[in-house]
Formats: sequence, C-alpha cells, structure tokens
Amino acid sequence: MHMSIEWRQVAVIASKEWRDRLRNRWVLAVALLFAVFALAIAYFGAAQQGQVGFHGIEATIASLASLVIYLVPLIALILGYDTIVGERERGALELLLTMPISRLEVLLGKYLGLAAALTSATAIGFGAGLLPLFSELSVAEGWRYAGFVGSAVLMGLAFLSIAMLISVWARDRVRASGTALALWFFFVLVFDLLLMGALVASQGGISSGVFAALLMLNPADVFRLLNVFSSDQAQGMYGLATVMPTAWTHPAMLVSVMLGWMLLPFYFAHRRFS
Amino acid sequence: MKSRHAETAVSAISLRGVSHHFGDFTALQDVSFDIGRGEMFGLIGHNGAGKSTLFKLMLGLLTPAAGSLKVLGQDTGAAAFRQTRRQIGYLPENFVTYDNLSGTEVLQLFADLKQVPRSACADLLDLVGLTAAAGRHVQTYSKGMRQRLGLAQALLGEPQLIFLDEPTNGLDPQGIADFYAILDSVRARGATIVITSHILAEIQERVDHLLIMHGGRVAAQGTLAQLRQGMALPLTVVATVTPLQQPQALAALAAVQAGSHETLNVSTQAERLSVHCAPADKMAVLSALLPMASDVAVHESTLEQVFLGYGAAYAHVH
Repeated sequence: MHMSIEWRQVAVIASKEWRDRLRNRWVLAVALLFAVFALAIAYFGAAQQGQVGFHGIEATIASLASLVIYLVPLIALILGYDTIVGERERGALELLLTMPISRLEVLLGKYLGLAAALTSATAIGFGAGLLPLFSELSVAEGWRYAGFVGSAVLMGLAFLSIAMLISVWARDRVRASGTALALWFFFVLVFDLLLMGALVASQGGISSGVFAALLMLNPADVFRLLNVFSSDQAQGMYGLATVMPTAWTHPAMLVSVMLGWMLLPFYFAHRRFS
Repeated sequence: MKSRHAETAVSAISLRGVSHHFGDFTALQDVSFDIGRGEMFGLIGHNGAGKSTLFKLMLGLLTPAAGSLKVLGQDTGAAAFRQTRRQIGYLPENFVTYDNLSGTEVLQLFADLKQVPRSACADLLDLVGLTAAAGRHVQTYSKGMRQRLGLAQALLGEPQLIFLDEPTNGLDPQGIADFYAILDSVRARGATIVITSHILAEIQERVDHLLIMHGGRVAAQGTLAQLRQGMALPLTVVATVTPLQQPQALAALAAVQAGSHETLNVSTQAERLSVHCAPADKMAVLSALLPMASDVAVHESTLEQVFLGYGAAYAHVH
C-alpha cells in the first residue's frame, strides 16, 4: 500500500518529542555532561604522564573518542528504547494512531525529534566544552574537532535507530530496556573481543577485507575508524592503518556505512510497526 | 430488503462478514451490521465479547482478517482512510495522554494532528468545564477531568463520527449529566455516535440501535423495542386501584388468565396492584385494569434484562 508522507504531521510529533526533552532538561543535562568531560579531558587527559593542560587536538580527540564510544551509544539507546513501547504500555499510542497520521509518520516524527535532542546535546556539549580553548585552536584543528563531534552525532543517531527498532519490537518496557543494555554491552564491549578472538583463532585466515567488512557491522567501530582515518596523526596512534584496506577507510565510505546503520534499523522498525 | 450498496451509501459504518483472529483465538466471527448516519448506536457485550476488537477495526487500528468494513464510505485498510480519520473522534475507556503537558497543550497537539485551528481548543475546554484547569499539567487531573479532556479531544474538528468507549468511566453524577447534555448537542448537528457501556441503564433510553455481542458474534441487533419483542421478556403493569374495587379488578385479571397460555403473577400492596405478565398479554391486562384504576404504568424489561436474556439464549444455542 503506497502512502505519501505528510511532513506537517511528522513535524508535529518531532516538535513534541524535542520540546519534551528540552522541558525535562534532558538536553541540558546531557550537554553539561559532555561539556564537563570535554573540558576535563582537554586539560587533564595527559595527567597520567605528569602533564596538565591542553596538549593538542589529536590527543584530546583520541581520549574523548575512548569515552564517547561508551557514553554516546548508551545515551542514545536509553533515549529511544521506550519511545514506542512506553507509549503503548501507558495506552497513549492507541489514541495517537487513531489520528490522521500514518505509522511511518509517527515513527519518523519520534526519530527526528529525538535525533534533534541528541544532536543538539552532543554538539552544544562538546562545543561548549572546548570553548575556553577556542583561542588555542587553529582553523584546521577546529574543523578536525567538528569532524569528531559530527562522527559522535552519527554514531548516536545510528544507536538511536537501533533503539527505535528495539522499542517497536519489544513486548514491554522491561524487555526493551534489557535488550537495549544487552546490545550496548555487545556492540561496545563484546564485539571487538569476539573479533580479536576470531582473528587470533584463525591464525591469519581472516583477510584484511573480511576483517574490515566485519568492523562495519558495528557502528561503534565505524565511529572509531572515522576518527582514526580522518587524520594522519591519529592513524599513527593506531595499528589499524596497517590492517585496513584503503577502500574501507575513506571517510565518505565510513559515513555512508554509518548512514546505513541509521536507515536499516529504522526500515525494519517501520516494517514491524506497520 | 435494501441492497448492500444502498445500505452502504446511507451508512456511516457498514460491516459484512467481518472476522478477526489473534493467533488461534477467534475474536470476531462473521459480524455484519450497518450504522446509519446520525444514529446513536450502542454496542454492548460482556468483557471479551469482541467489542474492543470491533472498535479497533472500525477505527482502522486493525485490519479485518475476512469480510469488508467501510467507515464513512471508505475502506479502513485504504491509504485514503487517513483522511477519513479527520472526520472521526474517539474517546478511549481510559483517556491516557501526555501527563507532562497542560490540558491546553494536549488539546493543541491533537488539534495540530487533526489540522484543526488551535483557536477551537479554548471553546472545547470551556464546553467540558476545564477552562480553570486548562493551564495545569494533566498529571494533576482527576480521572473525571482526564475523561472530560478526552471528550474535548474527541470533539475536535466537529467530527461526523464519534466512538465512545465507556465514556462516563470515572465521571461523577453531575459529570455524567453534563456529558450526555454535550452528546445531545453533538447529535443535534447530525453526528453519528457509537457508544459502548457496561452501565446499560445509562444508554438504554438514548441509543437508536443496539448490537449485542457474545463470544465474538452478533447475538442480537435492533432497536430496544425490537430486542424486547425478540426476547419476549415479561413486563410489569402497576395500577392504583382502591381496596373496594380490587376484587373486581382481580376477577377481570382472572378472566385474562383464563384466556392466556402464559402465567399472570398478581400481587397487591395497599392500593398498588402489580401484574407480572407476558408482552402478549399486555393489552388484555391493561383493558382489564383501566376501568377501575386511577393510574396505570407499564414497566417494560430493562436493557440489562434484555441483554442478559440474549446472553443466556446465545449460550444455550452455542
């Protein structure tokens, strides 16, 4: 059944979700958290080496990326896991679906509203965190940092899409929250361990092409690759550059994969919800 | 007999052979009926009789597994049904909404979705008596206030068709009276109303047609008079007869009993003479009592008695 999208209806839902997150200070809280982490890492990131103060954008990004890779997926999953199942459980979804709005428009509106909240919290938080160091950054470093924030947003939106799929699929909020935590654990902690284990066990049987393709199956790894392969200096910090085929490391390719991670779970969520 | 097409043209809702299943469970089986435009239609049945499934199908929340279902002339499964929803209002049994918003904001949200001017919200809040609480968060509302907000939401955009699922749930007696007064004004502009309620006394004098559901099937449908006729439930004639004239009245009733196949149960209490009889004997009993009675009243079976009667008959057959 073909149904065109009425963007006005999408905007109504998106604007409600966005205003809800502003009103309950979610955006403010997450932005503050990111700002504090960004500033603390920029100043104290090298404290273990006995140094305090800003030591360049690459070191800051490398330290921040290690933190963001844990934090952003968790925040995105928590933000989105109950958006549908929660409303269904409370009983508000049924009435919403009797309105002149399609299920796709509901889903799209919710995703875009939450995406706006996550994007603004991430951009404002990390932006404000480095504001005191603004005078110390060159234009190129500023763009490099903006690229890092952009990649964090992309990863957040990918995990938000996964959260929407969980929310549509789960029978109740408890199961949804359990699934969200399990997936966070899998993508952020278990996936790389399994990959390493497979690499070691295969004793070189896994080609670099297959290894690169396997990394694409985890948006957290795609985020890491985006940050490693966006700068020559960062590549030097990791051994990945020697393993990854160049075709897989182009930022445009990695951004495309990340977009795929946004679209694919959303597509399946839409299929299930409809 | 009207043709199917003719019935669909004048019907607000038309169902033909509609069935629906949840896994192995048959929620609805071969349900057919029409709801005329401008009618108030009562849908009654025990819990699990299939009313909720029927409501969800008519609202387009579910698609029938079999049969055809048209609402305001539109197939509920069609893409264009989304537009039809602008002409539909729905008040769920428990109006659950966004507690973090104020009454005005909730109404404005639904007005935006229905593409109704936001200016209509203030009038509707006034209509349901929520003007003073309009700025308060819904989480502070009592159950009755939520239900009134739900009614205001259902009336947004002056819908042609309104579904009310246990609408007076949580309302106090004054709230119930106000609710039906609002409903009367909605009916006066020609809207069709589909209502379900467990408080049958509340709707029995208000509905034009009734559908009794049992076990996912239609147990009976028609006007209350038709349903009473179909069930042939006994009625009570109460007459005021002086003690002096009571022997004469009893003799007249004995004559009626002699000519009837049904049993007449007669009881007296001071000047009050009650006759419990079959509907077929109603006129004969009235004729017997009228010459001596200073006052006569006929108490027909209530909707509750009719409903229970059909339920028992259905259970016996199935």
